[in-house]
Amino acid sequence: MDAILENPSRRLFLKTGAAAGGGLLLSFSLPGLVRAQGEATANPFSAFVRIAPDGVVTIAAKRPEIGQGIKTSMPMLIAEELDVDWSAVRIEQAPIDAKVFGEQSAGGSTSTPDDWEPMRQVGAVGRALLIQAAAQRWNVPAAGLATEPGFVVDKAGKRRASYGELAQAAAGLTPPDPKTLTLKDPKAYRIIGKAQPQSDTPAIVTGKPLYGIDVRVPGMLYATFLKAPVFAAKVAKVDLAPAKAVKGVRHVFVVDGGTELEGLLGGVVVVADTWWQARKGRNALEVTWADHPTSGQSSAGFIAKAAELHGQPPHRSLKTVGDVDAALKGAAKVVKADYSYPFNAHATLEPQNCTASFKDGKVEIWAPAQNPEDGRELVAKTLGIKPDDITIHFTRSGGGFGRRLMNDFMVEAAWISKTIGAPVKLLWTREDDMQHDFYRPAGYHRLTAGLDAQGGLVAWRNHFVTFGEGTKFARAANIGGTQFPYGAVDNYAQDVSVMPLGVPTGWLRAPGNNAYGFVYQGFIDEVAYAAGADPVEFRRKLLGAPRLIGEPGKGDSFHTGRMRAVLDKAAEASGWGRKTDKGVGLGVACHYSHRGYVAVVMEVAVADGKASVRKAWAAVDVGKQIVNPNGAEQQVQGSVIDGIGGALAQAITIENGAVAQSNFGDFPMLRLANAPQVEVHFVLSDNPPTGLGEPALPPSPAALVNAVFAATGKRIRTLPIGDQLA
Amino acid sequence: MSTSLKVNGQVHTVDAEPDTPLLWVLRDVLGLVGTKYGCGVAQCGACTVHIDGVAMRSCVTSLARVGAKAVTTIEGIGANPVGAKVQDAWKAIDVPQCGYCQAGQIMSATALLAAAPKPTDDEIDAAMNGNLCRCATYIRIRKAIKAASGQVEA
Repeated sequence: MDAILENPSRRLFLKTGAAAGGGLLLSFSLPGLVRAQGEATANPFSAFVRIAPDGVVTIAAKRPEIGQGIKTSMPMLIAEELDVDWSAVRIEQAPIDAKVFGEQSAGGSTSTPDDWEPMRQVGAVGRALLIQAAAQRWNVPAAGLATEPGFVVDKAGKRRASYGELAQAAAGLTPPDPKTLTLKDPKAYRIIGKAQPQSDTPAIVTGKPLYGIDVRVPGMLYATFLKAPVFAAKVAKVDLAPAKAVKGVRHVFVVDGGTELEGLLGGVVVVADTWWQARKGRNALEVTWADHPTSGQSSAGFIAKAAELHGQPPHRSLKTVGDVDAALKGAAKVVKADYSYPFNAHATLEPQNCTASFKDGKVEIWAPAQNPEDGRELVAKTLGIKPDDITIHFTRSGGGFGRRLMNDFMVEAAWISKTIGAPVKLLWTREDDMQHDFYRPAGYHRLTAGLDAQGGLVAWRNHFVTFGEGTKFARAANIGGTQFPYGAVDNYAQDVSVMPLGVPTGWLRAPGNNAYGFVYQGFIDEVAYAAGADPVEFRRKLLGAPRLIGEPGKGDSFHTGRMRAVLDKAAEASGWGRKTDKGVGLGVACHYSHRGYVAVVMEVAVADGKASVRKAWAAVDVGKQIVNPNGAEQQVQGSVIDGIGGALAQAITIENGAVAQSNFGDFPMLRLANAPQVEVHFVLSDNPPTGLGEPALPPSPAALVNAVFAATGKRIRTLPIGDQLA
Repeated sequence: MSTSLKVNGQVHTVDAEPDTPLLWVLRDVLGLVGTKYGCGVAQCGACTVHIDGVAMRSCVTSLARVGAKAVTTIEGIGANPVGAKVQDAWKAIDVPQCGYCQAGQIMSATALLAAAPKPTDDEIDAAMNGNLCRCATYIRIRKAIKAASGQVEA
């Protein structure tokens, strides 16, 4: 069954295959792509490139596009090494098939570092095959041949052949081992490093169907799913008749559901001819929900419990270096502060949705998903079918930010389709989306620092109260033991205590770091002022000599020299140290996450109880090569402004076990009038390129609150800022 | 019940209750899915269309309220010279990230430029503040509006 979508990728790449327009699919072995524990040889054939006789090159983008620009940047890598003109390239979303494409998720800013080499190898193998095909045709050694964009050239024989002419012969050859091929000298790049527009922009600005919510399949009905406000509570009593009486409503039924927060939960489903009719049917329902053990939990309760735990010895230590207590006793000055932040929602503008068609024990799924293989497992387990009987298609996602790493919407749609025996599009309301997210967990930090008489940092302790049980953290509520200033202070302790949680939590853009950047860089700023030092100078001193600190290879380990370079660049670009008007201040923060080094300076004005960012400067080191400078600028600007918006006003609060907010009225997100200019500087370093979906966010909230302090003398230690400046 | 509805210059006969929001008639009845659902309560602007040239939130505008007025959606805005200019500027500056809000942004920007051919920053703020962009493409949205109005180069 084909969906009506602009990118019918499955049809293009699998069904027509070799026959398409007389051109041929280039298929070749690329073992590096399939990474599943030693199973690299299971089916190592990849199908990334198709070259038509007229020279049009169609390249498959294997990862999901959620607004991070990966659908354009990864094909750029292939096109560069294949040696074609970018204008000859068409991009299609690849089908989901781990055996062919390997990892197809989007998370952790991993796509660029993981695919930087394999995607260039795909292009290089293709180029080698085309050269080999020309060598055979002309009966000359391949070594004497070269390429120009779209052509194999024989300089000695003064002849050339287009890729379109050679594709068919090339497809029949045995591909070389990618390791034997020499990749291009970056100086010769024609595509990589040049700003390329995002490939879907023309379709977006003309309103073409691209997203999950736009999928239509023949015979499809529309569904809405009413779940309990208290997570995982079940239906106790409901009269389905009023919903069934609404015009257009075809099915109304109760889902018993399980207890796993990321799986199928209890509720009532209404299916109708149109979504609005389903919604009207749902509005007619009165459901009594069963009592649930977590119905008493609340944000106020968590805050009180955190305060209680802060007054007790920590449950455990994640890292202890030296003797913090002794160092604090001997310190010339001790600085103490509590930092906290609330639960936060992803609020993708496209609400969660999924289209599913269950037939004869098999299910076909169209989903805006970031992590489809986990969805396949969840659907298989819940519906009792084989993973191989599930076909999943990517759609473009109207934002991801980590929300679509979870696949609750996928299992719901599959369940509904199986129950009613018809294809169905499940669409959540905004209220469903806001109240059934996997939230960035709240967190509560008690920080203590000691300074010596010269203003040097001699002791640092963080007692972090977070969520979990025993030694297990709730999802995304974990912390590493070696957060900076680990490695820069002789006496260091990372302590942790946990409390149980019945709220679903998950990975929000730069998970952990989106909060720890605020806490650590906010507190370091306080400590700098307490030491009588300039905030940039204090950080420079802390970073010290260029070296790797932390545990090599572990998530928090980083190079102080790279951080110093971005800090210096942001300070220079922003004119750090200059005089500002009254009520205006400059704030700085630098943070390492997802292999990226980012320093941000903000100029903030505070007036009438409101902070407004006049301008931000971001300096970023993500390695030696920016793949697509256009997309890279978008990600940095978007991340910095996302951080500002979250810090100013966003909070999810739990009351009586449920989320109190429901829509953008009580969950205010940043708007155009409050969006500052963000000047972006890339600092190139001799390291492999890494991702940009996340690392520019974490320093942003801290730069903001540090600038607020510089402007007003008021230290913000709890997010969001809200009315704290009133 | 059957109602006639004029969308992008074409008159359709649609079978929908009069209280149905225009958004769902466009999306689910006519298959014009370029207009997006974001909040359902006129707080995000993703569903913005023009009704007799005025930017309106289609998620809270009932079919009955539209009546005989002319509806223009993102699929039809390119036929309007101002709309085409806005779309061109959006492409030249490559505004979208996830892109989900951009249909609404373009509809609001086109209505703004029709009323104020060279809008000031304050006018842009006022006209565009009802359109949320979760990816925060605001810097490029502002630049694209200025480019479409000839105030900066794309």
